[in-house]
Amino acid sequence: MSTTDALQESYQRYLNQLFDAKLLIPSGVKGVYGRSGTFENVIDQFEQYVTRQTRDMKPEVVRFPPVFNRQHYAQTDHIYNFPDLMGSVHSFMGREPEHAELLHKFQCCGDWAHDLDATEVMLAPAACYPLYPSATGTLPEGGRLVDLKSFVFRHEPSDDPARMQSFRMREFVRLGTPEQALAHRDFWLENAQRILKSIGLDVQPVVANDPFFGRGGRQMKATQRDQHLKFELVIPICSEEKPTAITSCNYHLDHFGSVFKINSADGAVAHTACMGFGLERICLALFKHHGLNISQWPESVRKLLDLS
Amino acid sequence: MIAEKIRAILAQHARLTTDINTLSDASDLYDAGLTSLTTVNLMLAIEDQFDIEFPDHMLGRKTFGSIQALCEAVEELVG
Repeated sequence: MSTTDALQESYQRYLNQLFDAKLLIPSGVKGVYGRSGTFENVIDQFEQYVTRQTRDMKPEVVRFPPVFNRQHYAQTDHIYNFPDLMGSVHSFMGREPEHAELLHKFQCCGDWAHDLDATEVMLAPAACYPLYPSATGTLPEGGRLVDLKSFVFRHEPSDDPARMQSFRMREFVRLGTPEQALAHRDFWLENAQRILKSIGLDVQPVVANDPFFGRGGRQMKATQRDQHLKFELVIPICSEEKPTAITSCNYHLDHFGSVFKINSADGAVAHTACMGFGLERICLALFKHHGLNISQWPESVRKLLDLS
Repeated sequence: MIAEKIRAILAQHARLTTDINTLSDASDLYDAGLTSLTTVNLMLAIEDQFDIEFPDHMLGRKTFGSIQALCEAVEELVG
């Protein structure tokens, strides 16, 4: 059996176990699943554990919906770098005659989606994307530390249960000076490992790159790795050889600061860094490593996550 | 000859903030306004012009940091 086939079989096996245990509910679309109350409770409890661990830092809590301003999307580089992952929201904007035409196509030919028009919004590719355009202006002394959470969308259908198209990200973002942004990234690289290891997830930090698109994307990947801008905490879920990133820590330099005109208190263009917990992936790693039955998880993990 | 072609590509694709004619072959192109995104345009244009493909290990900032470094990379790849 080839490595790819073995990996596919491993994905399918774990996915079927999750369906059989009724932790995930299939939808007919790869990477789009319902979650059971048990699954959700693990995510809730992990989040509350993170909240307890970060209370002393007094982050500003901000929640955005999973859609954001199309004009703000256009100001980022996303369309250059990740066109294949984007989610654009379209709707019907015609009148009655066009509606009749739409229904005709809907009933007979199936190509009705071509008659829709782009709305004012895009699906958020990361929880922090809507934050930066809202931060235009001058930051307070010491910068800002923001706690975010949102469903995000990435169009990458896969049999890997850990590669969902729609999933939640809990993020902590620092906006400030280069020193503040880097310190945030470095702090979280350690702190996230400590948090994850405390619940039995023996993650390893690795230098990583985003999946930049196409021939030009090779150059972006190399630059990102060269400059050590992205670290991931990985752990085997379906494969020992190809471990899964369940958390990432990223330094954006002045990218968002310059695009959205965010300045630090000293007047210079702000630098930003974000860390993100992939909540579903963490949950899937917990079920993989401790078993599908929570009552049999290690006592210490159940205690930390308040799972009685 | 290669340097002249690279200068022409830089003028067309790199969106530098400094006039290309004021730069020496050793000048730092990132100081002159090259960004990670414009490096992509530059890389693709050089690959097309010289009919080469940069291997992954040559895609870092060292290769794209100066006209001189680009000339050396292209010479190596053209063979």
